[in-house]
Amino acid sequence: MLAFVLRRVFQSAIVLLVVGLVAFSMFRFVGDPVDNMLGQERTQADIERLRADLGLDQPFPVQYYKFLRGAVQGNFGVSYRQGRPVATIIKERAPATLELAAVSGAFAILLGIGLGVFTAIRRRGIAANVIMTLSLIGVSLPTFLIGILLIYVFSVELDLLPSFGRGDTVMVGGWSTGFLTQSGLLALILPGITLGLYQMTLIMRLVRSEMLEVLRADYIRFARARGLRDRAINFRHAMKNTLVPVITVTGLQLGSIIAFAIITETVFQWPGVGLLFINAVQFVDIPVMAAYLMLISVMFVAINLVVDLLYFAIDPRLRVDGRTG
Amino acid sequence: MTQPVLSVRDLVVEIPTRAGVLRPVDKVSYDLAAGEILGVVGESGAGKSMTGNAVIGLLDRPARITGGEVILQGERIDTLSDARMRRIRGRRIGMIFQDPLTSLNPLLPIGAQLAETIAEHLPVGRAEARARAVRALEEVGIPAAAERVNSYPHEFSGGMRQRVVIALALCAEPVLVIADEPTTALDVSVQAQIIALLKRLCRERGTAVILVTHDMGVIAEAADRVAVMYAGRLAELGPVAEVLQRPRHPYTEGLVGSMPMAAAGRARLHQIPGAMPRLGQLPPGCAFHPRCRYARAECQRDPGPTRADCDGRAACWFPVGARA
Repeated sequence: MLAFVLRRVFQSAIVLLVVGLVAFSMFRFVGDPVDNMLGQERTQADIERLRADLGLDQPFPVQYYKFLRGAVQGNFGVSYRQGRPVATIIKERAPATLELAAVSGAFAILLGIGLGVFTAIRRRGIAANVIMTLSLIGVSLPTFLIGILLIYVFSVELDLLPSFGRGDTVMVGGWSTGFLTQSGLLALILPGITLGLYQMTLIMRLVRSEMLEVLRADYIRFARARGLRDRAINFRHAMKNTLVPVITVTGLQLGSIIAFAIITETVFQWPGVGLLFINAVQFVDIPVMAAYLMLISVMFVAINLVVDLLYFAIDPRLRVDGRTG
Repeated sequence: MTQPVLSVRDLVVEIPTRAGVLRPVDKVSYDLAAGEILGVVGESGAGKSMTGNAVIGLLDRPARITGGEVILQGERIDTLSDARMRRIRGRRIGMIFQDPLTSLNPLLPIGAQLAETIAEHLPVGRAEARARAVRALEEVGIPAAAERVNSYPHEFSGGMRQRVVIALALCAEPVLVIADEPTTALDVSVQAQIIALLKRLCRERGTAVILVTHDMGVIAEAADRVAVMYAGRLAELGPVAEVLQRPRHPYTEGLVGSMPMAAAGRARLHQIPGAMPRLGQLPPGCAFHPRCRYARAECQRDPGPTRADCDGRAACWFPVGARA
C-alpha cells in the first residue's frame, strides 16, 4: 500500500516535469512578449535590454532549469503585464475558481449520481424518460451557450440572479470566500450550473448504464431471493458496485471542471484563474501561463492519485494484503 | 400424509412475445413434504428453473404466472403482493443459484451479507445477527468461521463460496429451499461434498428441497423423488429408485439410458435422437412424440393420460413396461 502510494507519487513527479517541459517549449511559439511590453517607440537596444532582464536571451534549457528551480520553491516569476509575482496573483485568484469548481463539482456529483440511480430504478417511468431526454441537451450544448441562455433567462428576463462577478466576498485568513454572503452565494448559482451541467449529465448517464448493468447481476438476483428490501438492494448492493467505474470518470471530470472554468469564467466575468489565463494569453504573459498550466496539471495528477486510492477503499479485491485463501 | 410444505397445482407460466405467447411451464403439479428432496431434471429450456423462479416469485418480466396455484404450508402465495412475497423470500423459501462466483456481492464481507439477511427476517439485534452469521458459517463447514466472517467473497474458493451461498439461503431457517443447479459450476470433486452438505442440512432441519439439475447422477445421489420435465411439462414424477430402475415415460427411459452408471457394461451410451423443440415450435399433442420411438397417431392429439396401471407416474399413451 505504502509502496503503491510512493510509486504513484514518483510517477506523478515525472508527469509534472514532462508537462512543464511541453508547456514551456510551447510558449516560445505563442509570440514575443517583448512586442507587447514595449510601445511603438522602441529601439533595438530597448528590446535587447528587456530580453536580458527577462532572461529570454539565455538558451532554452537554462530558462527551463530556472523556471523549474523557482517553481519548486513556489516562485513562478513575475508577471510581464502586472509586474507582480505570479504566485501572489494566482493566490488572489485561486479561491474564486476553486469555490466555483467545488460548487459545480458538488452539483455534478450529487445530482448526477442521484438522477442516474433514479433513472435506472424507474427506467420505464415517465419522469426517468423525460430526464434522459433532457440530459441530451446537457451533453450536446456547448458550455458558453448554456451560460448565455441561463443569463438571458434568469438575469435578463426574470432578474433573479446576477449575471457576472462574484458578488460580495469576505476574507477568511487570506482566502476570499463568497460562501458567507448572500450575494456571493447567489452569484455562484448560474456559473456553478453552467460549469457543472455537462459533467452532471455525463455522470448521470454513466451511473444509469452502470446501474442497469449491475441490477442484472446474479448477486442482485440472489439479494432479491433472500428477501432484502428494494432500498437495501438498490443502494447497499447495486450502487456501491456501480461506483468503481463512476469514480474513474468523475475524477477526470473534476479535473476538467477546473480546466473548463476558463470558458465559464469568461462568460460570467468570474475573477478566477481561468480569466487570468485568458488575459495572459492575449498579452503573452509567459510566467502566468506556465504557472497556470503547472497548477492544472498538479490538480489532475492529484485527482488521479485520489481516484486510485478510492478504488482501494471501495473494492476489496484490489487490497492484496496476504489474506487470500 | 400430513399437509405438504409446498403444493404446486397446474402451474402455467407464459411469456408474451411478438410471435405469440410462449409457455415455458405448462400445467406442472407436484407436492413436497417436509424434509423431502425433489429432484427436477430435464434439458436446458425444459422449464426446470422457470418453475423454481415461479414458486419463489422471481420471474423476470415479461414472464408471469397465468394459471394454477402455488401453496406454501396451506397459504396460497402466487397471488401475494410484492411486499408480502418479499417477506416470504429468504424467510420461508430460500434459494441457491448456480454460480457461487457471481451470486455473492463482491464488495461486502460475507458476514455482512449473512447478517443483513438474518436481521431482515428474524427479530434479532446486530450483535445477535453477527453471532448467528458465524454459526451459519460453521454449520456449512467453513473452517475458522469466526475469523472468516469478515472475509470478502474473492478470498474463498468456488466450493467454499457455494457453502457460503447455502448458509445465506438457510440462515433464516426456511421451510423450503430451491437449489437451482447448485453444483453445475463447481469442480466434480467438490460437487459431491456440496450435495452431501445440502442433503445433511435439510434432513437435520426438515427443510424441503427442490433440487433443479440436469445431472441424473446428482438426482440419484440426493433426491427422494424425481420430476422429469420436457418442454415445460412434467413427463414423469415418482420415487427416484423406481423412476431410475423402471422408467415409464419414453423420455425418461432415454435419459436413464444415457447415464454412464446405469449403462455400465454396455458398449455405447444410449442417445435420444433429435433435440428438444423450441418453445415457439412445439408439436401438437405430446411434445416428445417426434423423437419417441413408440409414438403413434394418438400422441399427436394429446399428451396422454397418466395411466393407473403404470403407478400414475408418466403422462404418456404408451408408457414403457405397459405396452398394450
